[in-house]
Amino acid sequence: MLKVEEQTPVVFSSELLAKFDDVKSRYPADKSKSALLPLLHMVQAEYLWVSTSAMDKVAEYLNIQPIEVYEVATFYSMYFLKPQGKYALEVCRTGPCCLVGAEKILSHLENKLGVKEGEVTADGLFSFRGVECLAACGFGPVLQISPEYTFYENLTETSVDKLIEDLKNKS
Amino acid sequence: MSRKLLLEHINVPGINTLEVYRQKGGYRAVEKALKTLTPEEIVEEVKKSGLRGRGGAGFPTGMKWSFLAKPEGVARYLVCNADESEPGTFKDRYLMTYIPHALIEGMIVSSFALGAKVSYIYVRGEMMPQIRILEKAIAEAKAAGWLGKNILGTGYDLELYVQPGGGAYICGEETALLESLEGKRGNPRIKPPFPAIAGLYGCPTVVNNVESIAAVVPIINDGGDEYAKIGIGRSTGTKLISASGNLVRPGVYEIELGLPVEEFIYSDEYCGGIANGKRLKATVAGGSSVPILPANLTLKYANGEPRLMSYESLSEGGFATGTMMGSGGFIAFDEDQCIVRNTWNFSRFYHHESCGQCSPCREGTGWMEKVLHKIEHGHGSMEDVDLLWDIQRKIEGNTICPLGDAAAWPVASAIRHFRDEFEWHIKEPVKSQSQNYGIANYATPIEKAPVTEEK
Repeated sequence: MLKVEEQTPVVFSSELLAKFDDVKSRYPADKSKSALLPLLHMVQAEYLWVSTSAMDKVAEYLNIQPIEVYEVATFYSMYFLKPQGKYALEVCRTGPCCLVGAEKILSHLENKLGVKEGEVTADGLFSFRGVECLAACGFGPVLQISPEYTFYENLTETSVDKLIEDLKNKS
Repeated sequence: MSRKLLLEHINVPGINTLEVYRQKGGYRAVEKALKTLTPEEIVEEVKKSGLRGRGGAGFPTGMKWSFLAKPEGVARYLVCNADESEPGTFKDRYLMTYIPHALIEGMIVSSFALGAKVSYIYVRGEMMPQIRILEKAIAEAKAAGWLGKNILGTGYDLELYVQPGGGAYICGEETALLESLEGKRGNPRIKPPFPAIAGLYGCPTVVNNVESIAAVVPIINDGGDEYAKIGIGRSTGTKLISASGNLVRPGVYEIELGLPVEEFIYSDEYCGGIANGKRLKATVAGGSSVPILPANLTLKYANGEPRLMSYESLSEGGFATGTMMGSGGFIAFDEDQCIVRNTWNFSRFYHHESCGQCSPCREGTGWMEKVLHKIEHGHGSMEDVDLLWDIQRKIEGNTICPLGDAAAWPVASAIRHFRDEFEWHIKEPVKSQSQNYGIANYATPIEKAPVTEEK
């Protein structure tokens, strides 16, 4: 069942709606539901997660039922249905990355950030999780950071430390 | 030195821009196709080339194109499958990152051949940087008149859009991809009807992999016959192989099909051997879903002849002693790797990615993961190995799409070739938690001596 977090009513900005319109124009006029996945990405990039009220607004915009949005948002792994850290780190934990040390990177992150997979640090900056194959197997271990999905390859514990420090300094 | 068709200019600075791509002969295929060839002639060239789908299934591309229904007054679509998510496979990401115009040029030629006025490149959502690269390249191409209305004054119109996925391996299956592109969950459709009859929005549609579409460019430039001269037998042309795991130089390589597997792994032109001076224990030759093979059978057939990187040679012997070319995702395991742990890891992947539509896959993938987890963590019993065999048999062939087979084959092949390692985990639970089973008899007879550096 979809977990409903505390909801703040969402009002999409005119800039965001203009982007919605641009995406919608890519499909035949009666097939605008095709815009659903790209729209959810845009919502997530704006709010860092996809709340129920945001999904309801997307449904309203596309003139479809809210359930049609919920079933899509819950099916795909990229949509966060609860708030994440400002930097949501996703480490690939599938076979080829594990052959070259992905599991060590995951446990290092857990120690370094002091939170478990899926939790957010107290300062709200970081969350992390293991994800399935990121299609960069030859450059593993790899991680990406949403919502920009900047990508880091050939990770070591040292390079992860540096990355965390850089992100902290940036904030 | 292998001939390069797709990656020839990969190291040219700025090859990702239209300007440099043009300087290196880019968009010649569009000019030739739109100005001098008919759509039927292009399909004929692709047929002559012998190009086989580079996404994994290996179905002849030209034949797939010729199945496309062409009713009057109904839109036709070309959809590029860039939902690259098969563990071990990262060639399409590489191609899109460094030579995005190769894909765009291929899309224009292919769309013209198929009569599509609107085409989509469905890219897996996690590849946001590649999505941005493609969107920029499309804007460049459109500004230069290679896309849009009346391309090169030929009267042909084409709009090309990038569609991001939402993070689901199953969307690499063509009908699931179409469902996703229609804004729905990625549940595969029952076939028939095939997309060539009823695809996107119920219209005739061709779905092709990134590499297949990019390969159309050299086929049109040089002719299908020239392309067919490269390679071996029915494995024509070049193929991008993404190499990962315990190799000295993992990465993406373009090979002429027919290259000996041993040369691919050990020569300095390609992977440079096994990392850290270790020995090769096993390989997965075509992405995680294809059967894993011990080193002996990877390098040579059961009869001792050298095995080649080609569709036919890799599958020689069926699943008893062979594997598949698949997507070209080549994963190497060194002597320290645990086959049981890797099989569990792959099972977790397929359990996570099962769309849940078919019971054998939904229930079976999770069941296999649990049993493998139990064995891997030293709590298995001998019956578990037979149970695993039984579960995978009940998944294979009993699902709407091939994800069930993809989940079953790694387990089946691991038990087939490495049963002794599973049994060791069960008999020696304490040892198995602290040390590796090692290389046993999987590699010794044909292992190469480690190369020492000359002083």
